Amino acid sequence: MTTATDPEGGTFRPSMLIYDSRYRSATIQIVALIGFLLLIGWLVSNTVQNLADLGKSVGFGFLTEPAGYDINQRLLDYDSRDSHARASLMGLLNTLLVAVLGCIMATIVGVIVGVLRLSNNWLVARIMTVYVEMFRNVPVLLWIVFSMAILIETLPAPSAFRGDEPSASMLLGDSVALTNRGVYVPEPLFGRMDEEGHPLTWRQGLGDIHLFGEAWFRFDVSLELVVFLSTLIAGILVSRLIGQRADRIQNSTGVRPKTFWLRAAVIVVPSVIVLWLMGFYLGKPALRGFNFDGGTHLRNSFIALWLALSLYTAAFIAEIVRGGILAISKGQTEAAAALGIRPRRIMSLVILPQAMRVIIPPLISQYLNLTKNSSLAIAVGYMDLTGTLMGITLNQTGRELEAVMMTMLIYLAISLAISGAMNVYNNRVKLKER
Amino acid sequence: MEDLSYVRTDMLPERDPPASEVGVIGWLRMNLFSGWFNSILTVIALAFIYLVLAAIIPWLWSPTWGAGSLSACREIIAELGKEHGGACYGVITERWQQLLFGFYPEELRWRPILTFIGLFVALAPVLFNETFPGKMLWFTGAFLFLAPWLMWGGPIWTPLLVAAGPALGFVAYRYLVSVIGNLASVIVAVLIPVLFWLFLVGPLSQAIDGVVPLGIEVVESRLFGGFMLSVWIGVVAIAISLVLGVILALGRQSDLLIVKYLSVGFIEFIRGVPLITLLFVASTLLNIFMPPGTNFDIILRVMIMATLFASAYIAEVIRGGLAALPRGQYEAADALGLDYWKAQRLIILPQALKISIPGIVSTFIGLFKDTTLVSIIGLLDPIGLTGSIRADANWNGIVWELYGFIALLFFISCFSMSRYSMWLEKKLRTDHR
Repeated sequence: MTTATDPEGGTFRPSMLIYDSRYRSATIQIVALIGFLLLIGWLVSNTVQNLADLGKSVGFGFLTEPAGYDINQRLLDYDSRDSHARASLMGLLNTLLVAVLGCIMATIVGVIVGVLRLSNNWLVARIMTVYVEMFRNVPVLLWIVFSMAILIETLPAPSAFRGDEPSASMLLGDSVALTNRGVYVPEPLFGRMDEEGHPLTWRQGLGDIHLFGEAWFRFDVSLELVVFLSTLIAGILVSRLIGQRADRIQNSTGVRPKTFWLRAAVIVVPSVIVLWLMGFYLGKPALRGFNFDGGTHLRNSFIALWLALSLYTAAFIAEIVRGGILAISKGQTEAAAALGIRPRRIMSLVILPQAMRVIIPPLISQYLNLTKNSSLAIAVGYMDLTGTLMGITLNQTGRELEAVMMTMLIYLAISLAISGAMNVYNNRVKLKER
Repeated sequence: MEDLSYVRTDMLPERDPPASEVGVIGWLRMNLFSGWFNSILTVIALAFIYLVLAAIIPWLWSPTWGAGSLSACREIIAELGKEHGGACYGVITERWQQLLFGFYPEELRWRPILTFIGLFVALAPVLFNETFPGKMLWFTGAFLFLAPWLMWGGPIWTPLLVAAGPALGFVAYRYLVSVIGNLASVIVAVLIPVLFWLFLVGPLSQAIDGVVPLGIEVVESRLFGGFMLSVWIGVVAIAISLVLGVILALGRQSDLLIVKYLSVGFIEFIRGVPLITLLFVASTLLNIFMPPGTNFDIILRVMIMATLFASAYIAEVIRGGLAALPRGQYEAADALGLDYWKAQRLIILPQALKISIPGIVSTFIGLFKDTTLVSIIGLLDPIGLTGSIRADANWNGIVWELYGFIALLFFISCFSMSRYSMWLEKKLRTDHR
């Protein structure tokens, strides 16, 4: 941009460091670097001094000490004798769980709302506008505590399900219970047993594999899940092969063989057979004593956080989707129509591929926001990374510096991973120009 | 042409369009019942609206403004014979001032109100630069120093001395520029106010106050709370982060590698971590990072972290503005022979900042909503206050009225700001699509 026309030669004078454009940028950068290092040094020396005054040392030994607190929702086995490191891992997994489920739900709701906002139906479009403005303009923390209050205050207590004429009843054929202590849903189980633990059928599950012994990152792999997933993936691959064969036939003869049912069957049938062979059944929740037993217990804190985060983010995603569709000029639709493409195909072949290019980058940054906002879990007592590592672990060990720094670094790593994925995608779909 | 049996010789009069195509019926047919699918959607939507309103309106309509406690509310509602209960507005009547001002002393509440009004007057020439005269910018400048004084109180001399800092720097620049050259005098002009603020303002203002005591009552920041706290944190953080954001954005766009990577590192770090972790830094770590003996109070620490947080986002907004300027502007500035700072000051930044205003407003909305997070580290913003109100035996168990009131306050302010931002975007978009 700048073209330096300084005279060549001459002796070097110190003032040239500032006034000679050949050296000036180096000078500025070195001064900036020194200033930055001084700032860091100042902060570090203050910290060392303060910690020494408080009689604290810096170290990560606390991570191997027993945590001594319980985590009510855990994805791997954990008890209070496990180390702080494992407790933090539970927190991280909970964060990732609510983030992933939140992203999925937010995308579904957001796309539907965004498309409906463009609907020809005036009333539907207005309702969607109200939804978007309502969620966008109220803090997400308020939505989280609000959903928590709704779950606790409006749902019936488990005792309401008891008695001859209960005031509340379970949904979907006695398999889902909405209570103010959480939602109970059926849980997938393998190999039905009778009361004494004897198998009732010859079809049995495969059990778990225990990995990594007693290390803090140990985990069990469910063999049923592995078998089921590999069958499913194999089915999808075969179905894709069938699709490719259909493409070839279409390209050579112009007639596309009907493959929909075949492709569906290739995916579904083997998976169902495998599930049946492993003795798959759903363990339904049932009322025992004062509470529900069996099934999977989705806690209020999880549901409130999940709903609030996904509905809040969905409002933003809806705007992104709407903007993306509006960004495609009408000429594209008209040109496609002029080529004789049918309206539904216009959407899937012409508009959406182009709109995706506009939609995806801000969409991913919304995923990023949702993941970061999931740290508000602490407001409703959901034990995510903030609740474990930066919450109870911090309070119990008094290691503010290490705990807060580790939490920040973990979140940073998640964010960088997401935005890295976004960059890869962006480069793939970028219009190749010039 | 003689074999034609009939040729019309006069024009037919224009006929009215059929009744089903115009007016209310036409509109209904066009927008609500244009096909079977749309008709089904309309019916579902109507049913949905009816269900929601039927649930909410009877609850909302509840004459409990005078009730002094939740049980009093329930008595009133029971007397009216309502089945599904009703809202208990007594808590709003009793506590709305607390929700707005926190524990700010009652007789001094004119000060935050005055600051709030002043904020609008100060922002008017920036936000509506065509309607209001540019001379009002002088008030905006003065307001930067007046507002903190009004909020926290203390001797009048402190804001005056703080304002004197930049003036001193400017005077120094004027005198030194011919003696030691441009760059050196700029450095001196920046250093003088900073050193002056750090070392001289405190003692000087105390000394003058000892001679001429003139000031208003000091209000400690732990008394700040409610909606006022949210607004105050948001406004202070955005105001300071504008300066930091411009510097960071220029740093990120700069050709100097080290400066660029320092800026990128800072921006990406702040944007990559949740605000709540930064607030935890404020509540647990910031005093450890400062020299021994420093003790900022928690609200000040939160403001520092919120400012750093906002400056990363503002930097990205301004970078967007810088990138949106046509390349010709940069080249034209170069062609005129302007150096980097002159080009930025006279050509680039005025345009880039102007097109960044909608983005800055959105960042402010986001930050303003995020200030509710301070309730997690124990500050009494509106959400934090709901806890302390519920701790009162009279209002134990009240939920919806408080959340509804807070949500309404946030909705009104955020919605109007986002409308302003959209209006401005429309005004700034000069290409007509």
